[in-house]
Amino acid sequence: MLPETLQQHEAAAAIDRDLPGAVAGGHDRLGETTLEVDPARILEVCRYAKERLGFNRLSAITCVDWHPSQPRFEVVYHLHAIRGHRRLRLKCRVAENQPLESAIGVWRSADWYEREVFDMFGVEFRNHPNLSRILMPLDWDGHPLRKDYPIHGFKYSYKDE
Amino acid sequence: MFLQNQFERNFLTTSVDYVFNWARKSALWPLSFGLACCAMEMIASSTGRFDIARFGAEVFRPSPRQADLMIVAGTVTLKMGPVLRRLYDQMPDPKWVISMGACSSVGGPFNTYSVLQGVDKIVPVDVYVTGCPPRPENLFYGLLKLQEKIDQMTTLVKRPTEVRLHESMLEEFRRQVRIAQINQPSGELVTLA
Repeated sequence: MLPETLQQHEAAAAIDRDLPGAVAGGHDRLGETTLEVDPARILEVCRYAKERLGFNRLSAITCVDWHPSQPRFEVVYHLHAIRGHRRLRLKCRVAENQPLESAIGVWRSADWYEREVFDMFGVEFRNHPNLSRILMPLDWDGHPLRKDYPIHGFKYSYKDE
Repeated sequence: MFLQNQFERNFLTTSVDYVFNWARKSALWPLSFGLACCAMEMIASSTGRFDIARFGAEVFRPSPRQADLMIVAGTVTLKMGPVLRRLYDQMPDPKWVISMGACSSVGGPFNTYSVLQGVDKIVPVDVYVTGCPPRPENLFYGLLKLQEKIDQMTTLVKRPTEVRLHESMLEEFRRQVRIAQINQPSGELVTLA
């Protein structure tokens, strides 16, 4: 259900009108628009935003770990329309081991962003052509930006000196 | 033997060593190996304001095959570690390593999951340069220290060993080992190579 503050927002109202039920909430503060999207329908919303609303550039995909609250992860999509310089932020909450649909069919630039989110948080993206680690070594264990990952390194664990 | 004892310290060998060391220390070719902000200072030290060419180390080579000094300038991540070791192995002998800055020396402020805590864990380091990042003058000081170190190298001169083993001393050593083995309760004989 779209909150009242967003009823007048052009893009938000259009998404809510044509894809009923996809937007669960959102807010429009400080000149930034955020929509909370149902994770099952994120691909639908992305495609609509690109093809009908003109958000032709994917600025970033990132993720927030809200451990220990559930569902744990919040995947954030920053969209940008080069014509008119409009921006839109999509958020969807996913639990651990809950895969999202890959946005690579909409924006090709989603490729590395999704690999980074997978590498750092362990969020899986379905139908991604090559979902492997992008920053850490390929044989790395764990996902470093999770809140339950150890903060400190191994500086004081050397025994040989 | 004719050549025996011909390579100890004498006029000829020390002179040849002097020339070798002079050539090596005055024309160090560093590998351009900037990893983080220390690389900026390394680049600055090669510019006209600081001018590393005054010490003969201005020829930064992009290929490890042509370099004989590796200035590890910056944070070494665990992913970069094997690459760094490989580059070091590809450099021709004789080769030297300067660990520039706090990060490459001891990990710096990055006691995190992804950062190697000191480049000396994977390559032998000759000179450590402190600073975060070090100023070019600081790097020059390290470079001069390295030149001093190269000056001490002996290529042709064989340093005389401190203790010369005589055959009778070796025989005495073998005898003591035999005695020690007899007294062992397990009875296992340790063969002396």
